[in-house]
Amino acid sequence: MIDTTAASIDFSIIAPEIALLAAAFIILVSVYNKKMRNLAPVIATAGLLVSLLIAIEQMGNPKTGFFGMVTCDDFTVVFKILFVISSLLILMFGRRYFVSKNIDRPEFYALLCISTMGMMVMASTTDLVVIFLGLEIMSVPLYVMAGMDKRSLESNEAGIKYLIMGAFASGFLLMGIAFIFGSSGTTDLRRIAADFQFIGENYQLYFNAGAVLTLVGFAFKVAAVPFHSWVPDVYQGAPTPVTAFFSVGPKAAGFAALLRIFNFGFEDMEFISDIFWMLAVLTMTVGNILALRQGNIKRMLAYSSIAHAGYILVAFAVGGSAAMSAAVFYLFAYGLFNLGSFAIITQLEIRSGCKSELSELSGLSKAHPYLSAALTVFMLALAGFPPTVGFIGKFYLFTAAIDGGFIWLTIIGVLNSFISVYYYLRVVKVSFLEKFEGTFVPVKYTPAMMAVLLITLAGTLGLGIFPEKLLEISRAAIFAFL
Amino acid sequence: MNLDSVIFIISAAVTLFGAVMMIMQRNPVASVLYFILSLVAQAVLYVQLGALFVGAVLIIVYSGAILVLFLFVIMLLNLRGDEDLGAPSSPVSQLTKYVVSIGIIAEFAFVIWSTGFSSSIPTGIIAGASENFGSTEQVARLLFGRYLYPFELTSILLLAAIVGAVVIARKENGDEIESKAAAKTAADEVTG
Repeated sequence: MIDTTAASIDFSIIAPEIALLAAAFIILVSVYNKKMRNLAPVIATAGLLVSLLIAIEQMGNPKTGFFGMVTCDDFTVVFKILFVISSLLILMFGRRYFVSKNIDRPEFYALLCISTMGMMVMASTTDLVVIFLGLEIMSVPLYVMAGMDKRSLESNEAGIKYLIMGAFASGFLLMGIAFIFGSSGTTDLRRIAADFQFIGENYQLYFNAGAVLTLVGFAFKVAAVPFHSWVPDVYQGAPTPVTAFFSVGPKAAGFAALLRIFNFGFEDMEFISDIFWMLAVLTMTVGNILALRQGNIKRMLAYSSIAHAGYILVAFAVGGSAAMSAAVFYLFAYGLFNLGSFAIITQLEIRSGCKSELSELSGLSKAHPYLSAALTVFMLALAGFPPTVGFIGKFYLFTAAIDGGFIWLTIIGVLNSFISVYYYLRVVKVSFLEKFEGTFVPVKYTPAMMAVLLITLAGTLGLGIFPEKLLEISRAAIFAFL
Repeated sequence: MNLDSVIFIISAAVTLFGAVMMIMQRNPVASVLYFILSLVAQAVLYVQLGALFVGAVLIIVYSGAILVLFLFVIMLLNLRGDEDLGAPSSPVSQLTKYVVSIGIIAEFAFVIWSTGFSSSIPTGIIAGASENFGSTEQVARLLFGRYLYPFELTSILLLAAIVGAVVIARKENGDEIESKAAAKTAADEVTG
């Protein structure tokens, strides 16, 4: 049990955050030096690596500090590792893309570090105020990163759209937190959980209103239907590595906060499971059906990310430790194969003029056989085929749902997976069977891009065959606070 | 009638006067100046309630910094208040305007009445609060003690916002939007 009275100012528990912040500061200061400018990605990578090592060191040593504002348990650490790994992979394959589009600015790497730090803050607290601040620290750099390509109208549109929808979401979230504070007198989830009975008897209405508003705020962030309208345009318009970043880190951070709030703070809330299953059904179905008609791969992956958020929401409807650890597992798995697919799209887009339309993939297997083989693996993983980790993730999720008595929800989920097979395999079909038009300009792989593809491929296949270790880690994460 | 009541009545009257005058002006500069007047009078009300810190923040941050920024923006944009504001709005929006404002007034009246509105003039410190509740010292103790971590996070948030704003707003060579032709087709898409 964690000592909740700890009032100490213990910098060791926020060391990963400090490492990232230090990297961001060094980059921002070095912007003014021509030679140092080019080192920005190196500094960011170093910061992320240091942060990763410290986070791994923190595993299995739960602590709280800063007057209960920071909680560093295994749950926190697992998410920190997920955030850092996804940011590292994006750094590795993003640089080449930015250089080729002439939008390589050192500030981007500082913003990436700050955003990653915001996610860590979100995952490492039980206080609603800190969760909100973490969310904003994460989101503000994202708005800028979406609009980074200042010469592209789509990128500008993505930035503005994301900013406005994000501001909306923050408004809902703040209103919800205000209601919760008004009815419970505290923003600390531990105290809310302890006083739950009392609050429920006396201020039921206000508390429930607060909980629902908070949920709406996070539903925007994790792109659940009906709060998903920003996703396709933002995903399509933003520079591709940035889109990859959106689809993994911020989403996982949103789910981490949702887990803390609704499965720890408001664990005893009755109707919340109903809201979650409705969200899950809507999100899965709408995401998958709209993905069917997309001709642009980035847009298709945007809808696919909505659909995957739906699968994860199934775990929230079911509740309990088995479902929750399946959700954590799925977030890891989704991060791997989704980043892999975005890395391939990035590699293809480095060719000038490529807008990542589906038709541009035709004949890929002739020109880039290895790339199209990798793409096939990632698409199979997204669709949930064995022996990829996508299958294992869905298997754990749906098993937990059946054990929790949500059989019809599982049926809807499985039906949705069948729908999704169509559009994922269409990508494979176009790249293998359709005739090659025009000329492929061969693009050389950078070593970093090779490494990203190998890591994500190895992860997708390796964890699909030997998932025990990751499952153990995600169980440990959940048992840290359940 | 004691001194407290006199101060309350004067500052309340100035607050309302400033607020009404603010929305009656056609010249935005005068509007902002009236708004500052209203805020200063509001700060007096806060001080009377014992919320010294809130009063000081209202003057330093709100009227001192934010509204001065407003003034700068208005002056830079060179708004003089004699611009054509366009055709008068439709009867529907005229009606909405009145319905919404009457609704809000009714809501406020209801809330004030239902919470046991009394005609006595509020003075001094809120009942039940400790002697130095809301004092600068108390706020500082909370900010640099229990809320140290969120307080520091706020500074990082501001840093991120500033860096982001500079990145987006700075003009670099060749940053014009794609080409004129592309911009034109996009404009055509929007209009037709």
